[in-house]
Amino acid sequence: MPQQQSGSSSQREEDLGPGPAPAPGGGAAASQANTADLDSLLDEIDSVLETNAEEFVKGFVQKGGQ
Amino acid sequence: MDRRIIGVETEFGVHYSHPGSRPLTPEEVARYLFRPVVEWGRSSNVFIPNGSRLYLDVGSHPEYATAECSTLDELIATDKAGEIIMQRLIDSATASMREDGFEGTIYLYKNNADSAGNSYGSHENYLIPRTVEFRRLSEALIPFLVTRQLYAGAGTWVTRPSEDAFGAAAQPHFAFSQRADHVWEGVSSATTRSRPIINTRDEPHADAADYRRLHVIVGDSNMSETTQLVRFGATDLVLRMIEAGWSLGDHQMENPIRSIRQVSHDLSGTAQLNLRSGRHRSALQLQEHYLEQATRFVAAHGPHHDRVAAVLDLWERSLEAVRTQDFTGIDTEIDWAIKHRFLTRYRDRNGLADDAPRLDQLDLSYHDITPGRGLFALLQSRGAAARVLTDDQVQEAIDAPPSTTRACLRGRFITEARAAGQEYSVDWTTLKFNDRPMMSVSTKDPFATTSERLDELLATLPQPSAADDPTRSGPSSIRPV
Repeated sequence: MPQQQSGSSSQREEDLGPGPAPAPGGGAAASQANTADLDSLLDEIDSVLETNAEEFVKGFVQKGGQ
Repeated sequence: MDRRIIGVETEFGVHYSHPGSRPLTPEEVARYLFRPVVEWGRSSNVFIPNGSRLYLDVGSHPEYATAECSTLDELIATDKAGEIIMQRLIDSATASMREDGFEGTIYLYKNNADSAGNSYGSHENYLIPRTVEFRRLSEALIPFLVTRQLYAGAGTWVTRPSEDAFGAAAQPHFAFSQRADHVWEGVSSATTRSRPIINTRDEPHADAADYRRLHVIVGDSNMSETTQLVRFGATDLVLRMIEAGWSLGDHQMENPIRSIRQVSHDLSGTAQLNLRSGRHRSALQLQEHYLEQATRFVAAHGPHHDRVAAVLDLWERSLEAVRTQDFTGIDTEIDWAIKHRFLTRYRDRNGLADDAPRLDQLDLSYHDITPGRGLFALLQSRGAAARVLTDDQVQEAIDAPPSTTRACLRGRFITEARAAGQEYSVDWTTLKFNDRPMMSVSTKDPFATTSERLDELLATLPQPSAADDPTRSGPSSIRPV
């Protein structure tokens, strides 16, 4: 069974770079501390999203479950 | 109940994207996804060594039902481990599909609706004493379940408001819950046709004289560990109060299905809900009431586990955030607030309109389980989503069953049977070798972590000799994925 990430997702991980350790407790202090990091993700997220948003979203149709 | 068995079942959405090429149906992709499972267990419906169940459900949804858990940490770890197990299925399916010439990308979403409005669920199971009258319990619980989306909701961007969403704004907007618009009854035995808030299918998987199952199917699938903590923790506290006969007052709703939509589509939490008594209460007022009662109940009876204080704290801060409309106090801890923060900032930064398809795509991406790609995973890796657990705890739960319930018996049985090459059958309450059906072990007590009968049964297995290659019988060689 392959345990490694697929090529595309590990490539994307490298593109975006590793982030800092997760905030332990969260809350407002943590929010402020990672604002800069969130800003960079706002810029970089486009590189992991497929380009035609409308077509992409409409392409996700599945029968209902429970 | 001081200790309660809780489990959660998650149906994942399957999406295959390969712009410009023939699309594959979810059925076709699901077959690729479950190929290793079928090879491992000769079925697309198996129990795995961590005691959980992995299967393909109605509508070709890959589904993962956690093993029985009796602590919130076990429950969250076991649930999050399911996402990693699904990711392994994506990786192997992607490789198999490449061999067959399909070069697209598989996405699995831990969310509750596709783009056409089909819904699938996150189902919670709580073991409750048979002595509690079910009608009284469900009447008391429904107003709580209708309003807990203030902290348990996964949030959703509603770019195309539908006319049938009672009380919904006509303009594109952000809502607390994706699931809320897809439930149609308060209490019933239906699942797919007319989804209720509480499903009455009573499968205690335990001694039915002592226990019954409470099956709550109204919840959103959560990505955030802290959101899960308060969702399951607060629901368990309310159940404890009901079981103890603690008076919660009569807040039965005139129309729970209308109310749940009103609540979801009103981020202010102040929409007035009609009660059967003729009075009106807002979601905030009702949740403040439940929180106050829970706080008093805990003060009177003491905390029954070590996360009670954290549950009450996050519950309170969530209500405070909705009351003040300042979400910064919870925007790393509550799914809807984490999502709302990122999506609104993305919209503002890019000058998007509220109905921009990109917002729908980001909403989906939040629930994409693939690390390094899914929005929630990216946010968590950057510290924008708080944790309850460590990575190690989640990794461990991929193979290790919860240690406080009978799931550990099931996990041990599966592991040892497979190591010995023994044909076996397993369900929630039975463990048996196919060639010795008379020796089957019944595990009716969900809290039992030891079983002499299981010890005896396993003692009949040939002992692995020292000459055997230890890597061949180790746990890593026998997991399905």
